[in-house]
Amino acid sequence: MDFSLTEEQEMLRKSARDFLTAECPKSLVREMVKDEKGYPHQLWQRMGEMGWMGLIIPEEYGGAGASFFDLVVLLEEMGRACLPGPFFSTVVLGGLTILEAGSEGQKKEILPKLAEGRLLLTLALTEPSAIYTADGIQTKAMQRDKEFLIQGTKLFVPDAHISDYLICAARTKETEIPEDGITLFLIDPKSPRVSCTLLKTIAGDKQCEVIFDNVNVPRRNILGNLNKGWLILHKILEKAVVAQCAEMVGGAKQVLETTVEYAKQRMAFGHHIGSFQAIQHYCANMLVDVDGCSLVIYNAAWRLSKGLPAAQEVAMAKALINERFKRIAASGIQIHGAIGFTEDHDLPLYFKRAKAWEINLGDTDFHLDKIAKAAQI
Amino acid sequence: MDFGFSQQEKSFRKEVREFIKKEFPSELRWHSRVTFAPSIHGLDDEAWKFMKTMSRKLGAKGWLSLSWPEEYGGQNSSFLQNIVYEEVLYHNCPGINHMGVTFLAPTLIHFGSEEQKKKHLPGIARGEVYWCELLSEPDSGSDLASLKTQAIEEGAYYVINGQKTWSSGAHLSDWGFVLVRTEPNLTRHKGLSYFLIDMKTPGITVNPILDMLGEHEFAEVFFDNVRVTKENLVGGKNKGWYVTMATLDFERTALMFYPSVRGYLENLSEYIKQIQKPLNPVLRNRLAELLAECEMARLIHYRAIWMMERGSIPTHEAAMDKLYNCELAQRAAEFGMQILGNYGGLLPGSKFACLNGWPLFSYLDTVSYSIMAGTSEIDRNVIAVKGLDLPAE
Repeated sequence: MDFSLTEEQEMLRKSARDFLTAECPKSLVREMVKDEKGYPHQLWQRMGEMGWMGLIIPEEYGGAGASFFDLVVLLEEMGRACLPGPFFSTVVLGGLTILEAGSEGQKKEILPKLAEGRLLLTLALTEPSAIYTADGIQTKAMQRDKEFLIQGTKLFVPDAHISDYLICAARTKETEIPEDGITLFLIDPKSPRVSCTLLKTIAGDKQCEVIFDNVNVPRRNILGNLNKGWLILHKILEKAVVAQCAEMVGGAKQVLETTVEYAKQRMAFGHHIGSFQAIQHYCANMLVDVDGCSLVIYNAAWRLSKGLPAAQEVAMAKALINERFKRIAASGIQIHGAIGFTEDHDLPLYFKRAKAWEINLGDTDFHLDKIAKAAQI
Repeated sequence: MDFGFSQQEKSFRKEVREFIKKEFPSELRWHSRVTFAPSIHGLDDEAWKFMKTMSRKLGAKGWLSLSWPEEYGGQNSSFLQNIVYEEVLYHNCPGINHMGVTFLAPTLIHFGSEEQKKKHLPGIARGEVYWCELLSEPDSGSDLASLKTQAIEEGAYYVINGQKTWSSGAHLSDWGFVLVRTEPNLTRHKGLSYFLIDMKTPGITVNPILDMLGEHEFAEVFFDNVRVTKENLVGGKNKGWYVTMATLDFERTALMFYPSVRGYLENLSEYIKQIQKPLNPVLRNRLAELLAECEMARLIHYRAIWMMERGSIPTHEAAMDKLYNCELAQRAAEFGMQILGNYGGLLPGSKFACLNGWPLFSYLDTVSYSIMAGTSEIDRNVIAVKGLDLPAE
């Protein structure tokens, strides 16, 4: 057992923090909340030069071939910085799915461009029912010769409006078992009869409604095997959940540091407020939450990196950080007082993300249910 | 990072588990009083006899000293030692005198003289010599540095006068470690010293205190001109505070209740299935949450153990370990009673009592968990000051 990062991971963490501190100030984060695209092209290019988009892509496809755990280290820093833009949708939701399910040809076509930052991807999974289980997928794909006709609505699709490809999960067979009969399709969102509407969201992240109105997709655009898409999604979702947890715990760490810094400077009743036990106990509770969640998330990430079964650990990580990041953000604001909930302060960015990320990829009840099922209760 | 167990650790766990199942079969478990803290809890004569026998058996296996350096008979592995703790807690098996094994032994290894180590470690390793902790006083609890018990230097001796209290198992112990004031003119923690003391020394009187379970678990201890020789001073005169802080750090890593809580939740789930009481979705999710919290408690504990494995003493990490595990045990106990409703209030022996009173006793017993070994408030102070560098007071 070893609770330390490798030297390379420490370097990745440091270089990411230095880069994002310099290149992703909070003024930019606020600007991007209002920006329709949601990310500055120049910053994206520079991230590509840093090798971030290609971090976990194997070297043969132009990436660095790093581990999923390394990606978690990077995502934690992105969560700290509230980095806006399509990294999560492109690399986590899109890139991991292509890696898992893509044919050699699809990988060769997509991954090198993705690694260079020249291609954006996303996963069109959830629908108006807003659930992350297989029975939520009602969009239909009907086979017509060498094509499929896609019909249905996807909702809460991140960054669909700027993506070069959507990976759409659609039902290709009606069966009793909802996990059976789902197929993944690569779809160009500029195809005829695809319409995309940008939604307005709590944290300013870009989510879309995507309507497929009998969209023609050639058979060669299937990712993986016909009717076996859920097997892929199941794997991808486990990693995506932990990736989301990593951003959350990064955000939580930043809130705690900002708050402790403030408590050491702010004076009241002739003392630094950080010397008051009422404030200290808030901060101590925040550190317990931050450290505990970190460990649980790293454990889940380590298992996934090693290819070990991790369903229980993944659900525990998300269930725990969901509630804890929210209360950490709320405690941060409480300790700051009124300044903490002003528009120009950094803390509201985290408070809003805590909620946005909690409901993304399964809320607390969803993951508690998974834990209960795994424990046979 | 690596969260896995080595092959050696896995097979060792199997060996320990089989040993405990053999020595402490489930009939025995359900015959005795089951709580989260099998070894710390109040013991009747029969239980005490079992505790002593089991302690020697664990000692004979070498399982009470696994974390010690090889020169003192250990294997230098805090991880292996932790496996023993996990298994005894999971099976509610008494047999570890924590005051000796987990609090004092590592303190002596870090701060004791060679003579003290040679004299005291073997008895602890064999599970033969029982220790108690003598820190709190009637007017000095959380504010330990205000303590008044005095030790006056007289030739080759120190003469101790005063009173200690809340000492778990003092009435059953062979030896104790005691923090006393050796320099009245030095303020607070600067004038304190740490002594090892034979509990049979003339002038020591141990009186029982009954806790709210009606059990004789802790005691008050009076010192009336008790003479202790200088070789029993640990860490030097007036240096006792620093030694005590280390003891408390070790103590806080010993209050790792996640194996007990996990075992409790498993038994509770099984019991609910047996009586065919369906869990409503709210309680089912609450149970799932407690299982997730057990995992978090386990990893917080392992971080502290990992630090010890690398030769350092966890401070705020130990306080966090204790705080989280103890408060989790309280939440789990509360949950058990919530699930059982009216049945939860029945004492063991009563018609309709559940799980031999385990839920009820845990509910009553865990009230003390946020007080013993430093209150939750003191733990939070330690976390804030040592972990976040916030200004003390």
